[in-house]
Amino acid sequence: MDKFTGKVWVLGDDIDTDIIIPTEYLALKTVDDMKKYAFSPLRPELAAQIGDGDIIVAGKNFGCGSSREQAPEIIKHLNVRCVIAKSFARIFFRNSINNGLLLIENSEIPDAVKEGDTIDVIMNDKIVFNGREYPIQPLPDNLMEILNAGGLVKAMQKRNGII
Amino acid sequence: MGMTIAEKIIARAAGVSEVKPGQIHTVELDYLMSNDGTTHLTIDMYNNKLKNPRIADKDKLVFIVDHNVPAENPKTAAVHKKMREFAKANGIKFFEGKGVCHQIMFEEFVEPGQLIFGADSHTCSYGALGAFGTGVGCTDFLYAMVTGKSWVMVPETLRFNLKGKLREGVYPRDLILTIIGDIGANGANYKVMEFAGEGAHNLSVNDRFVLCNLAVEAGAKTGIVEPDEKVEQFIKEHGRNADNMYVSDEDAKFLKVYEYDLSKIEPVVARPDFVDDVISLSEVGDVKIDEAFLGSCNNGRIDDLRVAASILKGKKVHPDVRFIVAPASNNVYLQALDEGLIDIFMEAGAMVMNANCSVCWGSCQGVIGDGEVLISTGTRNFKGRAGHKNSKVYLGSAATVTASAIAGKICGTV
Repeated sequence: MDKFTGKVWVLGDDIDTDIIIPTEYLALKTVDDMKKYAFSPLRPELAAQIGDGDIIVAGKNFGCGSSREQAPEIIKHLNVRCVIAKSFARIFFRNSINNGLLLIENSEIPDAVKEGDTIDVIMNDKIVFNGREYPIQPLPDNLMEILNAGGLVKAMQKRNGII
Repeated sequence: MGMTIAEKIIARAAGVSEVKPGQIHTVELDYLMSNDGTTHLTIDMYNNKLKNPRIADKDKLVFIVDHNVPAENPKTAAVHKKMREFAKANGIKFFEGKGVCHQIMFEEFVEPGQLIFGADSHTCSYGALGAFGTGVGCTDFLYAMVTGKSWVMVPETLRFNLKGKLREGVYPRDLILTIIGDIGANGANYKVMEFAGEGAHNLSVNDRFVLCNLAVEAGAKTGIVEPDEKVEQFIKEHGRNADNMYVSDEDAKFLKVYEYDLSKIEPVVARPDFVDDVISLSEVGDVKIDEAFLGSCNNGRIDDLRVAASILKGKKVHPDVRFIVAPASNNVYLQALDEGLIDIFMEAGAMVMNANCSVCWGSCQGVIGDGEVLISTGTRNFKGRAGHKNSKVYLGSAATVTASAIAGKICGTV
């Protein structure tokens, strides 16, 4: 069973796409150029602090707003292992899966953890923190196929070479 | 079992007789629209990542340059060049400098019953004409462009029964902000907002656009107003097909039903930094403004310009305020010229821009600085949306924006 451990960074409700990547940086040439500005309207220092394999934990409606796909791409390029939130905005949800960024919906974890805590995630099963287990809904098979391939384009190449 | 409007549209696009919420269906798309916010990323993937790049049906594709037009720096000029050349090489419909993408789709292409993907979150606007439009990212767009298809999960529907008429001085913008304030910024997440009842039918198709356009600000997958003879008339006048005017069945299942009496709606504003932080205009207090914006896919149509001009006529914009006006399309602009509205704006001291997204998305025009306050008919008021991260954006109707531009502070009448 796929399992991982990560340190959490805690954000609030309604983290919108303009906070994840403000409009003024969208014209930069690559996502790697943009990523140091991630979350900058809210916490300008955060992008530099996030380490490989860390986990972002947030409240409800994470990723609301624009359809800009740079938002999940940047989080992926910061090497964030997954985002756990009480809920996700739908366009952001699709874009994340399509870019191979794992999202987990859980209503309790965001209130249970504080920044710097470490949590264990057992894929499609549960989150473990402080000895307590928080069940998670498994993702449907078609979405897991996309995630495991590293995104929609790669999944299609693997499946039948259609793209 | 009866179906909702959205379910009927998805069933048609999936080629099946019935669909139910929660099912995943492969669907054929009627149009695919992409603008200069992300089209260059789609083209890069198309050129660099695909083994067999091809376009399923070029006639379904529409590329529109509206976010940074005309280009304001070499980076956006390069984005536009890439888009222009790709469109030309592949025979794709291409619009540049003609207006905001959703307004162009409304004026030129959308038909009732269609399923349309747009690489822009406000694609949900097309429900004004009884279509299902929804925003996607560029990877979803690429997949649909190459295969002509995509997948959708059938959403549940929230039904909004509207009755009565809006009072004078109250606008569809006030209604939709009130609804978003009530249900919250994720109150319709993954769901469809369906508007029906005689109150909905009292609204013009332009008014309906305002409602559907902001559905995404409540998290909705789309907003749809039950189409009627007003839609049929609009579609026929534009030489399009109105054969698929779907309405929900009597026994259709709604997740929740809301009732709104339009005569009870009051002017409201959304406070920074959340679209659902909605308060009555009378409670806003003393808020001085630096800039006012009239335009965007939400409120840049002729009705909005008429309202603004009627308030502004014979008055002057406050000396401490920049008042920026951007018609939603060149058709709107020409009509406003014809009606003498542009004269009124310019004589009052407003800046009239070309038809584009302008101040709404905080990039190419009227960007606001540190600590500045904007009152806007734009779509969003997120932190830093219109410029500096410490600037503030209030959202309100065209009337509220115009009155505020004259008074130099947020107000409803002058």
